[in-house]
Amino acid sequence: MSDRIQEKLEILADAAKYDVSCSSSGSLRKNENKGLGNSKGMGICHAYTQDGRCVSLLKILLTNVCIYDCAYCVSRRSNDIKRAAFTVQEVVDLTINFYRRNYIEGLFLSSGIFKNADYTMERLVLIAKRLRTEQNFHGYIHLKTIPGASEELLKSAALYADRLSVNVEMPTEKSLHLLAPDKKREDMIKPMLYLKNGIIENREEKKLFKKTPLFAPAGQSTQMVIGATPETDLEILWMANDFYKKMDLKRVYYSGYVPISNDNRLPAIGTPVPMIRENRLYQADWLMRFYGFQVQEIVSPGQPLLDMDVDPKLAWALRNMHLFPVNINVADLSVIMRVPGIGVQSAKKIVASRRFSKLNWDHLKKLGIMVSRARYFITCDSHDFQRKDLSAIQVRQQILAGANTKYAPNFSPQLNLFLSCGQ
Amino acid sequence: MWAVIYDGTFEGWLTAEFELYEHGFTDVTIYTEKNYQNHLFGNELPVVSNEHKAGRVWKGLSKKVSANALHQLYQTWLSEIPGIDNTMLRYVQYAFQSASSIETDHSHEAVNTVVQTAKKVHREKHRMEAFVRFQLTKDLLFYAIVEPDFNVLPLISRHFKSRYADQRWMIYDGRRQFGIYYDLDKVDTVQIKFEEGTNNGKDITSQYNDNELMYQQLWKRYFGSVNIASRKNTRLHIQHMPVRYWKYLPEKR
Repeated sequence: MSDRIQEKLEILADAAKYDVSCSSSGSLRKNENKGLGNSKGMGICHAYTQDGRCVSLLKILLTNVCIYDCAYCVSRRSNDIKRAAFTVQEVVDLTINFYRRNYIEGLFLSSGIFKNADYTMERLVLIAKRLRTEQNFHGYIHLKTIPGASEELLKSAALYADRLSVNVEMPTEKSLHLLAPDKKREDMIKPMLYLKNGIIENREEKKLFKKTPLFAPAGQSTQMVIGATPETDLEILWMANDFYKKMDLKRVYYSGYVPISNDNRLPAIGTPVPMIRENRLYQADWLMRFYGFQVQEIVSPGQPLLDMDVDPKLAWALRNMHLFPVNINVADLSVIMRVPGIGVQSAKKIVASRRFSKLNWDHLKKLGIMVSRARYFITCDSHDFQRKDLSAIQVRQQILAGANTKYAPNFSPQLNLFLSCGQ
Repeated sequence: MWAVIYDGTFEGWLTAEFELYEHGFTDVTIYTEKNYQNHLFGNELPVVSNEHKAGRVWKGLSKKVSANALHQLYQTWLSEIPGIDNTMLRYVQYAFQSASSIETDHSHEAVNTVVQTAKKVHREKHRMEAFVRFQLTKDLLFYAIVEPDFNVLPLISRHFKSRYADQRWMIYDGRRQFGIYYDLDKVDTVQIKFEEGTNNGKDITSQYNDNELMYQQLWKRYFGSVNIASRKNTRLHIQHMPVRYWKYLPEKR
């Protein structure tokens, strides 16, 4: 029997890997009654794949049989691949045995859609329920919300799982219609909205009653495929912004399209994965979530694409040279966080340290600030001010000349060409 | 110039702090008995570990800095980096001199080093929480061996105790030759004499439970299948999973 399980695991892990979310943080489930596991606070990445992504959860599909035919998906109905399905008990056993060996933080369960949405969702919920009730398991569970599933099922999913996510797949409705004609945007938004309200209600209830059960304590996330369709970064980031502000999502993931199909609606097989663009989108996402940037400061109708050569924070600073230099011995924390080369932690350290003595370049280096970049934008306790009225273009050139891009070995020849024009 | 010599334990280090304040020394270097070679041009003061004196220094410190900073000091101690005891001494001297807490003065050399070392130790602790791989034995013990850069077992025991409350487990530090063992009730520090044929606990295949190899195999297969070949990024892979940890990770062996 173990041979068959091995094969199933291979097929169903392979099919699930394009879901990029692997976060296991932000929940607050304690170990109770000497049970198994906990999941509170920090997530743990137990391993990293050779492409450098974190392996935190056992990420599998219950089955890769699917009634839909979405062009960008490996499990689409028309694709000629091996199909497999786990039984409920097999998933439970795998999760528990991996967890006990400290391989994983928990389970990320998704599925192709067989029969209909409710039938599929019911099985996902059943697995979560067994883990929680029969196995006394308190590790992390991330369930995929199947678009179109009923509210009762969503509710019980939220009672057992830590995080729920429904993938919007495409940044705009138009692209979705083009590539996944069977799927409807509203089927994805509806469960999201239901869960959002449920989470808010639960939070209110918790203030009144201590014993209120957990309801998706790690919130919701979603994912969009980028680079498969012609959306601009402006459209993508506004969409993400809406999800954060209006839907209260914890995370939006951007998944650079990995060509897997000869469908002529999509980039051909062999086209490089848009990894730099993906990286820039995440950087922009971080600026919105942690650095207090508004989306319109990062992209605008006049500049709908992120700069591929420099990160979005540096790009913003170069567009706004009139705001610099900033004196790091007096400026507000929020201003210091906006300086290229200074992160949130370093900015906090600067503000804490400057109470004791005025900081100079030496101090800044020791604090771990990227002085080679920040020096164009700050002054400190030193006459040695480095900017000397350089123009934005000059600063950009100097920084690029001094930088080694970490992506260099991954470029295809085409991308190399593109980059050398930029420099 | 005074040389203060202690026994190399944390308690001994705290006692040394006590003695040098008691004697009013300021120009001091401290040595462990192991590292001390006769001082040519100075005086020496050997100290004997003393729980009471150590406790008083710790308590005094707790009035000068926050609980978080105290924990950073302890983490820094566990780094076992040669000479770190003297850096910590300068931190303590600075803390006692100042009216208000100095723990956020990152521009001070000793404070900055302590904060950064504590961070390194914390990172290693976090890595161990990730890279411990339990192997189930015939007598249903979940056993793991690690060789952490820093002495982090004292820091990780709480995490494993609250997580694996319903299974007996042991984590053994192959480099420092001691382990922590959970018996379903409490965690103890243990010394172990391994049976022959286990290479001092490094290879316990002969003791495996029937299913153990199957699950290791499944895990390896899983690890192989989640990789996306067209996104290969070895540099990032190694950065997150440094090669020195590979030998006890079934997926990388």
